[in-house]
Amino acid sequence: MMDQLVRQYSRSPHQNEFYSEQEQHDLTEGLPPLSLKFSLPPVANHSAFLRAMTDDHSNPNCPIKLAHGTTTLAFRFQGGIIVCTDSRATAGSWIASQTVKKVIPVSRLSRGEDKPGSEPVPGLLGTMAGGAADCQYWLRYLSQQCTLHEIRHKRRITVAAASKILANLTYAYKGYGLSMGTMLAGVTPQEGPALYYIDSDGTRLPGNMFCVGSGQTFAYGVLDANYRYDLTEEEALELGRRSILAAMHRDAYSGGFINLYHVKEEGWVHHGFNDMNPIFWKTKLEKGEFSNVTSEL
Amino acid sequence: MEVLLGITGKDFVILAASKAAMRGPTILKAEDDKTKQLNEHTLMAFSGEAGDTVQFAEYIQANVQLYTMRNDTELSPNAVANFVRGELARSLRSRNPYTVNLLLGGMDKISQKPHLYWIDYLASLAPVPYAAHGYAQYYCLSTLDKHHHPDITLEQGMKLLEMCTDELKRRLPIDYKGVLVKVVTKDGVREEPFDNNRIVKSA
Repeated sequence: MMDQLVRQYSRSPHQNEFYSEQEQHDLTEGLPPLSLKFSLPPVANHSAFLRAMTDDHSNPNCPIKLAHGTTTLAFRFQGGIIVCTDSRATAGSWIASQTVKKVIPVSRLSRGEDKPGSEPVPGLLGTMAGGAADCQYWLRYLSQQCTLHEIRHKRRITVAAASKILANLTYAYKGYGLSMGTMLAGVTPQEGPALYYIDSDGTRLPGNMFCVGSGQTFAYGVLDANYRYDLTEEEALELGRRSILAAMHRDAYSGGFINLYHVKEEGWVHHGFNDMNPIFWKTKLEKGEFSNVTSEL
Repeated sequence: MEVLLGITGKDFVILAASKAAMRGPTILKAEDDKTKQLNEHTLMAFSGEAGDTVQFAEYIQANVQLYTMRNDTELSPNAVANFVRGELARSLRSRNPYTVNLLLGGMDKISQKPHLYWIDYLASLAPVPYAAHGYAQYYCLSTLDKHHHPDITLEQGMKLLEMCTDELKRRLPIDYKGVLVKVVTKDGVREEPFDNNRIVKSA
């Protein structure tokens, strides 16, 4: 009896060093489900319903217009990973915005404001193509999961694990009408520089170079022709910028500003959110490219 | 237009899978591995609906490995094939079935015989000496019908595979970026070097 009381009221010397018994239990037992619950419309076929509500090709008066059409790219090279996007959001033929931030920092440590030219910020970057709402919502959700991972395991999540959380999620919602094409880029001690492609039909691919969105073909055209692994940092940034510019010029659903990031060992660095027009004219007039466009009055 | 090919011989099974991962009009990846090793002597190649393929293959792989751990024995290729077929058949009658086509190759540890199984998304299972999925069937099965014998050596098997891929290069309108070749023998699974860069001239 006495022994029991003593045990109950005495504490082990290491008790407060880490999480308490109760906290550990709460953390492991109280894991939130991986996929959140939604209320769905009371119809038999959800994806057909969503299509009927959103497909403005067949029905211009459809009640919901989805933001679509983008160009995003990311590639691995000697000095890390370059991530570059346009900034246009369209809803059908209407340009809904020209200043969308399509690169989303994932994980808590990197949620800070992105000031150009500042110190590298640790963490992963995600890109946004397809439905703007889907991408924003699920990348924010991924961000939560990554932060929880950091808290639980006291280390940053790998890109492989983070991408798998997202891929399992999109796979669980396959056929429900999600629309997203995402790339996750990051440098971790375990993997080095890592790049993954994840989309709404549940595909998850590790790779060296991806272009995603309606302007992907145009971006690939420039990127494939000029890509080398041993590109210098300057060259790589310029190639990313030029590839996106090519797509913004040719693809009606891409345009606005060029958003450029460099992911390296210490974290990601923002290299500007720049209006495409001066860059386009500079490229044309100084390098003699885009000879298809006339500058004469 | 994914290519899956399988050839058995005297003491081996060759599985070959195209290396292109396609989405819409673009090849997203030119070095994709569409195979998964299930246990020491069985290998599975898969094609089909995006997302489904890898999810199903990883599910099967995990369960076969769990069996090996629990029972400290390997499932025979035949047992694995029937397990996979069963899972596909169960999935076929569910709300969202896996749309996955498979080739399953393995060496039976006891009989020391090679086995190849052709499995499609409708859960058909057929033991075969050589097999193909997708458009490769139309081009390669005739070639294999003519040139295959059950007791060929690995060298002859690789020659036969080359005849098949040559024909695909000649007639298939899409570049599948070459094939990744893996071989199952009594010693396990290994990747086999294969020259995908040879240029084949049409007649």
